[in-house]
Amino acid sequence: MLEGNLKLQIGKFHLTTGDFSLPTTGITVLFGRSGAGKSTLLRALAGLEPKTIGLLKFNETLWQNEDTCLVTEKRNIGFVFQDAALFPHMNVRENLEYALKRSIERTESVESMAMKIGMEHKLNQNVQSLSGGEIQRVAIGRALISKPKILCMDEPLSALDHQAKNEILLLIESLAKDSKIPIIYITHSPDVVERLADHVALIANGRVERVMTLKEALSQMDSPLFDEEGAVSVIEGRIGESDEHGLRNFGNDLINFKLTGLDSRTCEEQHRLRILARNVSIALDTPERMSILNHMRVTIVDISPKKNGRVIVLCKLADSQTLMSEITGYSLATLNLEVGMEVFALVKSVSLLGF
Amino acid sequence: MSSSLEFGSIFLTLKVASVATIVLLILGTPLAWWMSRMKSPLKVVLEALVALPLVLPPTVLGFYLLVFLSPKGAVTNFLSLFGFSGQLTFNFTGLVIGSVIYSLPFTVQPLVHAFSNIPTNLLDAAKTMRASFLDRFKTIVLPLSRNGFLVAATLSFAHTVGEFGVVLMVGGNIPGSTRVVSIDIYNYVESLEYDKAHTLSAILLLFAITVLILVYSMNRRIAMKEKSC
Repeated sequence: MLEGNLKLQIGKFHLTTGDFSLPTTGITVLFGRSGAGKSTLLRALAGLEPKTIGLLKFNETLWQNEDTCLVTEKRNIGFVFQDAALFPHMNVRENLEYALKRSIERTESVESMAMKIGMEHKLNQNVQSLSGGEIQRVAIGRALISKPKILCMDEPLSALDHQAKNEILLLIESLAKDSKIPIIYITHSPDVVERLADHVALIANGRVERVMTLKEALSQMDSPLFDEEGAVSVIEGRIGESDEHGLRNFGNDLINFKLTGLDSRTCEEQHRLRILARNVSIALDTPERMSILNHMRVTIVDISPKKNGRVIVLCKLADSQTLMSEITGYSLATLNLEVGMEVFALVKSVSLLGF
Repeated sequence: MSSSLEFGSIFLTLKVASVATIVLLILGTPLAWWMSRMKSPLKVVLEALVALPLVLPPTVLGFYLLVFLSPKGAVTNFLSLFGFSGQLTFNFTGLVIGSVIYSLPFTVQPLVHAFSNIPTNLLDAAKTMRASFLDRFKTIVLPLSRNGFLVAATLSFAHTVGEFGVVLMVGGNIPGSTRVVSIDIYNYVESLEYDKAHTLSAILLLFAITVLILVYSMNRRIAMKEKSC
């Protein structure tokens, strides 16, 4: 756990976190609007804001209290900055070596890290000649090569195009899995949260409002993760074989979705399916003779109050994962939908995160 | 006057300028670093103080230095508390002190500029990689402000070579001891020895042009480097 209670004033901005406790397993995303104080909090956690006061403990190690403050140099953290902060007067190799030379644990070689981040052919290249995605790869490798106890990432994707973004996300996912180093990751984009997060810490007005699992965050019908696209469900599962029509199965023993448009890659890992609530309809009877591929039996567990004539119906799938459906108040009334009813969910479209 | 005296004054000038430049870099680097990272409103006051020699007539500066550094001046009295019994005016020490104060802005301003251009993120990144302050200064700050140091050293050296008023006030006009080139030239003109004044002036002119060309070409290199980033 990374826990404490920090205060910091920078100009007119006040960081007053309140008591917080961030998990130190997997990826914890600090989520909030621009200006909510995510970056300031992350810098304070790293010890980069000298005026921070309060209490901070990393697992059982005291990092800060009223009397002492462990300097950043001794916290054994990795930090990936928004602009990567590569040293411009050094090449890729020298940037990686800089971190390695000063680390306590020197088990990883520059070459093997370069392989992991896909930069083995560009080790001697000047960092100023790298693309945005490559720059972030080096920054991530440089932060990880010293085997830190925790990795802080401050919106490392913000300057990247769609393609590069996706590649870096894949890299982060695989490194997080291999290295087992806990990550604290800042973003303001819900789709990155849905893809990466194990836990979400909601940050608003310089406060840590709540820390919860991604599932908990998405099961709230008014979750702050929902943007202009409305409510979203994230379903976890594995990708199966293609069938004779080129469709691929997704899910587990209890649930099954059919996906189109995937290449024939095989993959063992758990993946996440993103489903917009507005693409999910509800039927009372078994739907037959229609073009929608994915339909399944669900149980209604909650119904939101009406907003702009529409309601969110929270349903449970056979394996207890949550699926939300956005329908009109009129449909709700005509179908007489109530909590506890068994109905059929018709899923019009899904998107697979990070494949 | 013999021609050996001319070269004596040139040699003295170069010696004062070299020592003053070294002292300036030693004192100016921490001062400039402090100023470049300063966020308090006091920074303006400090900037004004450092820039003072740019606007104050050298004679005014020299006059105050003379008052404070004279055998009965405040600085000398203060130093005598620690057992100091030497003289601070009308000798080499006086020349160096005067030159250091007079050329301070020429060291500090390019350094502050160079230091301010180093993104804080780079230093923060080095911190997360366990680099201590001195380590960061040596491996990040120095290499990235190398051109700033070159400009600062060159300008400070050149400016010290060219000074007149402060040196005359604090150092006087003692042949072989405090008479630098600029004072030499003044003396030759006073005694209507124009040919000697010509020779020395031409040497200084050539020196100044060379230095300025050097500095501007360094500046151009920095600008081009920044553009290519």
